[in-house]
Amino acid sequence: MSAASLFAHELRMQQLIFWRNRESAVFIFVFPPMLFLLLGAVYDGEIDGVPAVDRLLVGIVGYGCANTALAGLAITLVIRREGGILKRLRATPLPPPVYLSAVLVSTLIVFCLQIAVTVLLGVALYDAHAPESVVALVPVVVLGAAAFAGLGLGLASLIRSAEGASAVVNLVVLPMAFLSGSFGSTDRYPDFLQAVADVLPLTYLIDLVQAAYLDGDSLTDDLGAVGVVVAWGLAGLAVAIRRFGWEPRER
Amino acid sequence: MTNGEPTLQPAISVRGLRKSYGGVEAVKGVDFDVLPGEVFGLLGPNGAGKTTTVEILEGYRPRDAGDVRVLGVDPWQSATEHRERIGVVLQQSELPPALTVREVHRMFAGYYEHPRDVDEVIALVGLAEKSDARVKTLSGGQKRRLDLGIALVGDPELVFLDEPTTGFDPSARRTAWELVRSLRSLGKTILLTTHYLDEAQRLADRVAVIREGSLVRIGTPRELIGAAPEVEIRYRENGRDVVVTTSEPTKVLADLAGRAVAEGRELEGLEVRRPTLEDVYLDLVDGDPA
Repeated sequence: MSAASLFAHELRMQQLIFWRNRESAVFIFVFPPMLFLLLGAVYDGEIDGVPAVDRLLVGIVGYGCANTALAGLAITLVIRREGGILKRLRATPLPPPVYLSAVLVSTLIVFCLQIAVTVLLGVALYDAHAPESVVALVPVVVLGAAAFAGLGLGLASLIRSAEGASAVVNLVVLPMAFLSGSFGSTDRYPDFLQAVADVLPLTYLIDLVQAAYLDGDSLTDDLGAVGVVVAWGLAGLAVAIRRFGWEPRER
Repeated sequence: MTNGEPTLQPAISVRGLRKSYGGVEAVKGVDFDVLPGEVFGLLGPNGAGKTTTVEILEGYRPRDAGDVRVLGVDPWQSATEHRERIGVVLQQSELPPALTVREVHRMFAGYYEHPRDVDEVIALVGLAEKSDARVKTLSGGQKRRLDLGIALVGDPELVFLDEPTTGFDPSARRTAWELVRSLRSLGKTILLTTHYLDEAQRLADRVAVIREGSLVRIGTPRELIGAAPEVEIRYRENGRDVVVTTSEPTKVLADLAGRAVAEGRELEGLEVRRPTLEDVYLDLVDGDPA
């Protein structure tokens, strides 16, 4: 069978599995817009020189990327690996690269829908700005999803048990989101926290999202930030290539 | 296609198979053939090399040495072609819990070039009434049938069943045995691993006993039992249990009975038994290497 039709089939199945599983749909899809609604109700005025709600929206898009492509992907893959689904799939003619591509594209679809919902909520309820340029925003979103998916694959390769997956992943994602300014300004953070934030990929992704969303800047306007995000994604991918397994680690 | 058409080529052919993990030899030169349409049982204690052997045949891992052909191809080199024609039931594999039985069958059917009709397969494994039930609501036995269903949905010629009834209650085991028999009547070749001897005895046309990475015996269940020449005669005399193991049971019994009749007493607790496959098996796996 052609790789394209296998991919289309698997993508449909991945979407069905994602939306049918209420717990993951709520945690991965609903959680970031929900945080946005809460934070939007609390902040007003300006953050870092832009309207607070716009800054929060942009920060939540960044958090959503980490939550969907890194946390959600890593937890899902560890649970599937430890449950033996990945091993079972390897006994079918479905090629592993086709399977992984379908999982990644499915994740990207969820992330894009999540951004759309967040933007609609922001515009409708909090008078947030619509994106300055969708054409500028799309490549940033795809870059972010790809890089964080690379990190998600790497992290999944390092986690040994399904029970620990959610805890380990959130231990990585939540502090990162907080330090990178997903939930508000980092101006008043102490220097050492800002120093940590300065090496995190989410800090730079949020910069890129903000530039595209508010000013319509393209990726080429801040190649330094693109470089940091890409480097992290490649580092995650490198770990995954060395360590990713299809069979349960725990027996 | 494969039904009833006698082929000279074995479905599985294994010659001199070797595999080590980190310096420990798990499989030390195993040879056997599985004929088309045959139910072949691989028996052995944990750590004997059973699962390693089967997983090499399933295409999960490469071998260190030896020649392996599954349906005429090398399962490691020709992975995709090979996987199109085999069905696998693993010892443990969960399936997406929120999908229904029919959706999971459709999911797997979509991976194969020529899948069978999904509802037909669901009926074959006895889950017709559960077609629209979510996987997470199924009982253990029903989940096992689902595993079997998705192993059959690609219409495989060869089915691997790795300990298919472990953890079943007796009635679920009987149902599973019926399923395996019905697979056999469909003309499928089946490689079954099990540590239940009655299962091998009831289902397998031939059995191979594997121990410490080597095959110690291969044959029909009857041949394996027949290979043990001794018959056991037990009775009680003066309050003591007596066991006589003999290859001439008729003569021994005649002597014993003659003596007892002459002395006007009964042979208490008289029992004559041929060894079961279990006895033979325990001898093979506990005794000195053959």
